[in-house]
Amino acid sequence: MLADTLTRFVAQDYPLDARLAAGAGVPGYAPEKWRALADLGVHGALFDPRDGGYGGAGFDLMVVFEAVGRGLIVEPLLASAVLAGGALAQAADPKTKSGQKEHLAGLVSGEKQATLAHFEANDGWDPTHIETTARKTDGGWVLNGKKSVVRAAESADFLICSARSSGVPGDKDGLSLFLLEMDGPKDGVTLQSSQTIDGGRVSDITLGDVTLPETALIGRAGQAWAPLQSVLGRGVMCLSAEAVGLMDVIRDMTLEYLRTRKQFGQPIGRFQALQHRMATLVLEIEQARAAVINAAAALSGDTTDGIATARALSAAKYTVAEVGTLVAEEAVQMHGGMGMTWEYPLGHYVKRLIMIGHEMGDGDYHLSRYIRLGEAT
Amino acid sequence: MDLSLSPDERAFQTEVSDWLRHNLDPALADKVRRGQRLTKADMEGWHRTLNGRGWLAPHWPKEYGGTGWSPIQRHIFEEECCRAYAPRVVPFGLSMLAPVLIKYGSEAQKKTWLPRILDGSDWWCQGYSEPGAGSDLASLKMRAVREGDHYILNGQKTWTTLGQYANMIFCLVRTSNEGKPQQGISFLMVDMTTPGVEVRPILLLEGTHEVNDVFFTDVRVPVENLVGEENKGWTYAKYLLTYERTNIAGIGFSMVALEELKQIAADQHRAGRPLAQDPLFAARMARAEIALNNARIANLHILWNAAQGAGNDSGNGASVGVESSMLKIKGTEIRQQIDALKRQALGAYAAPFQPEAFEPGYNGPTLGPDYAAPVARQYFNNRKISIFGGSNEIQKNIISKMMLGL
Ligand SMILES: Cc1cc2nc3c(=O)[nH]c(=O)nc-3n(C[C@H](O)[C@H](O)[C@H](O)COP(=O)(O)OP(=O)(O)OC[C@H]3O[C@@H](n4cnc5c(N)ncnc54)[C@H](O)[C@@H]3O)c2cc1C
Repeated sequence: MLADTLTRFVAQDYPLDARLAAGAGVPGYAPEKWRALADLGVHGALFDPRDGGYGGAGFDLMVVFEAVGRGLIVEPLLASAVLAGGALAQAADPKTKSGQKEHLAGLVSGEKQATLAHFEANDGWDPTHIETTARKTDGGWVLNGKKSVVRAAESADFLICSARSSGVPGDKDGLSLFLLEMDGPKDGVTLQSSQTIDGGRVSDITLGDVTLPETALIGRAGQAWAPLQSVLGRGVMCLSAEAVGLMDVIRDMTLEYLRTRKQFGQPIGRFQALQHRMATLVLEIEQARAAVINAAAALSGDTTDGIATARALSAAKYTVAEVGTLVAEEAVQMHGGMGMTWEYPLGHYVKRLIMIGHEMGDGDYHLSRYIRLGEAT
Repeated sequence: MDLSLSPDERAFQTEVSDWLRHNLDPALADKVRRGQRLTKADMEGWHRTLNGRGWLAPHWPKEYGGTGWSPIQRHIFEEECCRAYAPRVVPFGLSMLAPVLIKYGSEAQKKTWLPRILDGSDWWCQGYSEPGAGSDLASLKMRAVREGDHYILNGQKTWTTLGQYANMIFCLVRTSNEGKPQQGISFLMVDMTTPGVEVRPILLLEGTHEVNDVFFTDVRVPVENLVGEENKGWTYAKYLLTYERTNIAGIGFSMVALEELKQIAADQHRAGRPLAQDPLFAARMARAEIALNNARIANLHILWNAAQGAGNDSGNGASVGVESSMLKIKGTEIRQQIDALKRQALGAYAAPFQPEAFEPGYNGPTLGPDYAAPVARQYFNNRKISIFGGSNEIQKNIISKMMLGL
């Protein structure tokens, strides 16, 4: 239902031209569309009722993010609602952190936009390989380090930032989460920002002796791995579902092109060389969808088997990376020169689909992780 | 075929690399390395430098300004130029039109146009494709009607690479509707400053302006600009395409790209170790390297055989016929594979995209390591190489038909 509403919203109110302009500008999306999405209830669908939402299960994420992919939506739902919001919801101690609860409410309603500053340049997608440090002082904390390619950071009202309060990179213990208000220039926080090739903006965030009050700590010091792992898993889920949504659009466009583009006096779809390739795309996309459904089910079901869930998520991300690359490259090829142009929409979906492989782990990372987790059982 | 370089060939290699070191402006090479947009003046300058040394047209017969090099020497020269990050020489006049003029043009045409190609007086572009005639090139519709001493042109060409810089365009035009479509095509040289020619940009998916639409409305072209015979243009067009395809294979560019890939993989770290030591990634790189090496040797082998073949037409054995289809397919697949690996190797840093960083003279900061900026853009842009020059599917059709008799 929500998916239909979203699809209708994109068709009626968010034409591709507007999306491209917003994605290439500052802040990298359209604030009025962000509000419109919130009014439609998209944000709320990404949160559990416990946290003030009305969804939040694996299948909720899947449905919304397939629609995000189909609509090529550039608004930072993943960064703000799923990652930052999820981290706040799961890590914060509801009894003691009243201020953080208000922050969470702002993300659920969409009145605020935040982002999760977690990944770093040398982590190789390993979310425990965090080098940024958090040092305890008398009145609070001091952060030092650098966060890489953080989406929608410039426009964020606040950051949820991970740092290591003890241990060494690769340790699960010792990770902590902090809330950094971004309501004005902040001592020691420097952003270097850029647009991205698929739309939206990213920043490298340098933290140099950033002092934070005690209340900035989210949850308990050193105990952030469990909530982080859960939230990052949900992020992987969303990206995988988004990829499937993109593939559906690309498939439909390519099929339509094969039926209508004529060369040698016939539709190019009459050439068997292309028929077989189109057939391959269609069946591979269904495999990718199956992988995503499997991951959604694993997230939605009882979460006692953490390893099985994690493997299902990595299997999905690996599958959409493989299939996504195939679909993107074959679709351009079968369009001939037309697929190479800015004016024809295909290329914009293709760019996003390929770049999903550059967020939260590429296919090789998730394949290795799948193997490693399998050995652990 | 002897694969090791003879002492003479090694000396030649040294001569070329020495010359490049002294004559290729480091600032220009740096632009090429960083994937920055080259200005028209950059490209013209390099063209002039090569011409000054007499090395601009290695594939031309000596009498017209060629070098008289063996295929091996030409191969060495190309590789050295790539390695030094020399700009790619704009091929339309030099490597496409010129071989056609040399083989099929009149003496007067050769005398007029070849020197102008060499000295850079003319910038040529290629007017083959039309909106309705891509793979099925012979279905082209642009009309040329003879009126006294002129042809009157009406129609449209598209995908015209660097047409925004060109003053001349060679066009395939329809001069007859009799018989098979191939039989009514002629090959015309058109001055783009003639009234009625209009060039409009087409942006590619990564936002660059490389190609154009060119519209022709009652454009008058003197009949002496017809190459060869009227209605025989298809023969010349196909001959030109074998040159174009061999050129697209771009083995030298892939060799440089592979070196860049290795450097990126050594520099990028994944949870404490270089990406190059990641077994999955190392396997991907090794496959690409093996494929490239195979293609390089296969390429040499084909060129070498062509050179041995009797009666090779240009005197230098540059035309390799149907084998050019094989070179094109393999060469482009490998290039695309390496581009994809470079992109993958960057991890999250493939995403930042700063158009201003590709503009000449940009020295500001870019997000991520300095080698990152052009990589994703190049990956997307180079999807074109399996499409143009006759798509790889069309090359396979040619192989099936011409080589395999299927
Ligand atoms: C960046 C770029 C630069 C270019 N520069 C120039 C230039 O300077 N001058 C110029 O004249 N042209 C140029 N071209 C045009 C290029 O040569 C054509 O794009 C190409 O020939 C394919 O034609 P098309 O784009 O119309 O695709 P189509 O012919 O419509 O093909 C669409 C798809 O169908 C496939 N197909 C078609 N027929 C068959 C068949 N019989 N069997 C199997 N598959 C088939 C194709 O392989 C392709 O995958 C350029 C193109 C690009 C993208």
